[in-house]
Amino acid sequence: MSPALPEGDAAPDDGRLPPSAFEGVSDRTFGVYLHVPFCTVRCGYCDFNTYTATELGGGASQNAYADTALKEIALAAQVLPPRAVQTVFVGGGTPTVLSVPDLSRMLAGVRDAWGFADDIEVTTEANPDSVTPQSLQALADAGFTRVSFGMQSAVPHVLATLERTHDPRRIPDVVRWARDAGLAVSLDLIYGTPGESVDDWRTSVETALDTGVDHVSAYALVVEAGTRMAVQVRRGELELPDGDDQATKYELADDLFESAGLHWYEVSNWSRTPQTACRHNLAYWRGDDWWGIGPGAHSHVGGVRWWNVKHPRAYADRLDRGLSPAAGRETVTGESAVLERLMLGVRLSTGLPLDVLPAGARRGVAGLIADGLVDGSAALGRDAAVPRLVLTRRGRLLADAVVRSLAG
Amino acid sequence: MSPIPGAAASSRIHPAATPPELLRNFCIIAHIDHGKSTLADRMLQLTGVVDARAMRAQYLDRMDIERERGITIKSQAVRMPWGVGEDAFALNMIDTPGHVDFTYEVSRSLAACEGAVLLVDAAQGIEAQTLANLYLALDNDLTIIPVLNKIDLPAAQPEKYAEELAKLIGGDPEDCLRVSGKTGAGVTELLDRIVELVPPPTGDADAPARAMIFDSVYDTYRGVVTYVRVVDGNLNPREKIVMMSTRATHELLEIGVISPEPVPTKGLGVGEVGYLITGVKDVRQSKVGDTVTNSSKPAAEALGGYSDPKPMVFSGLYPIDGTDYPVLRDALDKLKLNDAALNYEPETSVALGFGFRVGFLGLLHLEIVRERLEREFDLDLISTAPNVVYEVTLEDKSIVTVTNPSEFPSGKIGAVNEPMVKGTILAPSEFIGAIMELCQTKRGELQGMDYLSEERVELRYVLPMAEIVFDFFDQLKSKTRGYASLDYERIGDQEADLVKVDILLQGETVDAFSAIVHKDKAYAYGVMMTAKLKDLIPRQQFEVPIQAAIGARIIARETIRAIRKDVLAKCYGGDITRKRKLLEKQKEGKKRMKTIGRVDVPQEAFIAALSSEPAGSAGGKDAKKK
Repeated sequence: MSPALPEGDAAPDDGRLPPSAFEGVSDRTFGVYLHVPFCTVRCGYCDFNTYTATELGGGASQNAYADTALKEIALAAQVLPPRAVQTVFVGGGTPTVLSVPDLSRMLAGVRDAWGFADDIEVTTEANPDSVTPQSLQALADAGFTRVSFGMQSAVPHVLATLERTHDPRRIPDVVRWARDAGLAVSLDLIYGTPGESVDDWRTSVETALDTGVDHVSAYALVVEAGTRMAVQVRRGELELPDGDDQATKYELADDLFESAGLHWYEVSNWSRTPQTACRHNLAYWRGDDWWGIGPGAHSHVGGVRWWNVKHPRAYADRLDRGLSPAAGRETVTGESAVLERLMLGVRLSTGLPLDVLPAGARRGVAGLIADGLVDGSAALGRDAAVPRLVLTRRGRLLADAVVRSLAG
Repeated sequence: MSPIPGAAASSRIHPAATPPELLRNFCIIAHIDHGKSTLADRMLQLTGVVDARAMRAQYLDRMDIERERGITIKSQAVRMPWGVGEDAFALNMIDTPGHVDFTYEVSRSLAACEGAVLLVDAAQGIEAQTLANLYLALDNDLTIIPVLNKIDLPAAQPEKYAEELAKLIGGDPEDCLRVSGKTGAGVTELLDRIVELVPPPTGDADAPARAMIFDSVYDTYRGVVTYVRVVDGNLNPREKIVMMSTRATHELLEIGVISPEPVPTKGLGVGEVGYLITGVKDVRQSKVGDTVTNSSKPAAEALGGYSDPKPMVFSGLYPIDGTDYPVLRDALDKLKLNDAALNYEPETSVALGFGFRVGFLGLLHLEIVRERLEREFDLDLISTAPNVVYEVTLEDKSIVTVTNPSEFPSGKIGAVNEPMVKGTILAPSEFIGAIMELCQTKRGELQGMDYLSEERVELRYVLPMAEIVFDFFDQLKSKTRGYASLDYERIGDQEADLVKVDILLQGETVDAFSAIVHKDKAYAYGVMMTAKLKDLIPRQQFEVPIQAAIGARIIARETIRAIRKDVLAKCYGGDITRKRKLLEKQKEGKKRMKTIGRVDVPQEAFIAALSSEPAGSAGGKDAKKK
């Protein structure tokens, strides 16, 4: 079960946006997220909006899905005037359960709707066991520039607890194949799985680094309500991940990444150079615009956030009837907008210019520096022209607490 | 003739015109659940005062809380006609409160009577409080009529307990009446015996009026209703009366008897029991124990036995929601109208904000007041751990009275005196060891021990009152599987080696947690409190030391380690809204916390830390992972 959708205002049937969404459009980049709500198996910890049945009926079936998604792209094109798409990210689910021609058609749909920027970044998530040298080459040929593999761990018992089915020994191979095809590569890791020792985690990080990738994401495992893993924890079969243990592993990973030349640019993301960072990911934290295509997908354009109906069947039905699949939306203003800016901005290594903080929050910065949560020299503007709020490593691990204290 | 007198006989017992020899004033002394109210109900029915249809269970207990708890807080007096042979008598039943906190009120109720029904559950035997009240009644020279109640119960052992009662008050076990308030068995005989054995009141009808106030109740519509027993002379409507303790003069707007609703009469004569209404709005203007006399022909001397109610236990009451402070103030002002023993003054706590330091007669009084505040005024309250009053003599011989641990002087101290009580514990003899052990740990000194029967024993202790007010009664109950009963009375002060233990969070004293304890127990208190708080306070962004200290000396320490991780790993599919709403919710949660220095302490932590439960049991449900 994926998390419930937020509560919001009703969204209009034609998906039209208020004029305010188009103000200052030139200051923001534009990206497209394409959701693929299918997997061959569902992992016990996963609470993403994904389904393992191939036949959900009608336009929600796997082989009809690309056409359904194209209908939403067409609707989006009616709402948003042409503006160059800078990034596309295909996520899931497991995007690679769709055929390359299907993925390729969806991508072409996006290009036809708005046009691509010259340096466009096009990423797809992929399962290490669902790619071949040929399929990766086909993706590159279709216009993909980047692939993010769900490696999660290099340790068999950890993968077993996560119910991941891939063979960890394939990782060096798939990375090589992708690079041979000309794709930039990222590896996704998960830490804090029940039963994972610090040494297990070290093994995973080192294995990832040994492939020589330029980008790694490392996420703390969260046991979400409604997942199979939550049931196992409730029954006492698995132990709830421990925050202190996760903090230790975060610090270890950060050390190992740094010494391998990968630097943090977002709380959970490390990259070799600013150019190898995931620009699509950055856009989320910078408050840029993106349109999320697919059931349960979230979008943001100029302070308006909306989200689609969750089930592929309901999603397809609405599009079949020519209606926007949006389930609800909100226009973020006032205090909420300030809070968002804070919570998104502090996650980045570039931080937030201090002068965007409300006066009350600025007064709290000194205390956060004293507590070792905020980088003092960045706040004084020593490293850059503008004084910025940048978190220390301890601050990154306590980012939510920092935001709460700044938001008062 | 029928026990309910006919018209001719009734004409002789009109209020204001009843010869004293036809009056019988009595009360019922009983333990909380020994069936006093049920028996009283049955008497009201048999004397025709209340018909069966109008009968509401436990008619005399008016307040909800009383009915739910099955206890009587406020006494009342009901006049019942009863015929024996050709004669009609007027019986005044004066209901007495049954709990240790109200000893003074009990003593005044007893002083209004000539006889007492000693009512004991035939399945349980006498309890400590009943025994204490029995001794009070004997001190007042009352005629005691022993009665075993609930003889309809299969577990009743009337022979055994009749034996026990006979031992206590003398006489033959056969004289002990056996009744069932529930079925009515034996109640007619009891009423007859009251007429037979309780002496009629005596007094000087021609002397200046003197009436003793044995209760006073605030009524929203009528103001204060004062219950009196006339000793000498008579009181009449429309005359001016004087309260002898304050010399305050009031006009008697109404005078009457309760039967069982108020009935105005032409007056009240010698020996009669009834009520007065003067229009005053505060029970403090009509104090229990005071003497009422006639303004134009005042008595020279008041009746004896009056004393001002003195609070013995203090506790801070704070609204959980700080904006409720004015509501709490108004609520206390209202309760005070009906509770002469309640006193309070505003108090500020660094930890808890604005509240009141409230003085109570005892723990039950505290509990009742708190419950009424929460129930009748819809307040959520935190009450600090109850404490007694200490007299601290400083080096310069000046004396400081401490009703709040935070007022305990910090400098050089000459001596500290604490209030002591004489405690009486009745229990099955198998628990003697457990009780002695408990009293030992509570600094008790055994004064004596008597067997009431082969299986039941009375233990007499002198104990510091401070040890009683915290959790003594709960511990006594649990160590004796609920069989022991306790009564205590104040017996003056005693010097003791007492210290104030402060609790510090990150070096800041949290006033709400300070306690005055015996030197030998300071360490245990410090260890207990710091451990409890460690479990209750969530981890913060920094390490939080929790210390217990006597003055500048640290006696116990725990550390709440800094939280290391408080960040959401990612936003699911760009669901920024969900994450923002989560943060907004957390921000709201933070507002409901009290900040001590820089430490955010949830309200629940205060409540749990101030309750007497052992550490761990309070926050057990979502105990933090170590």
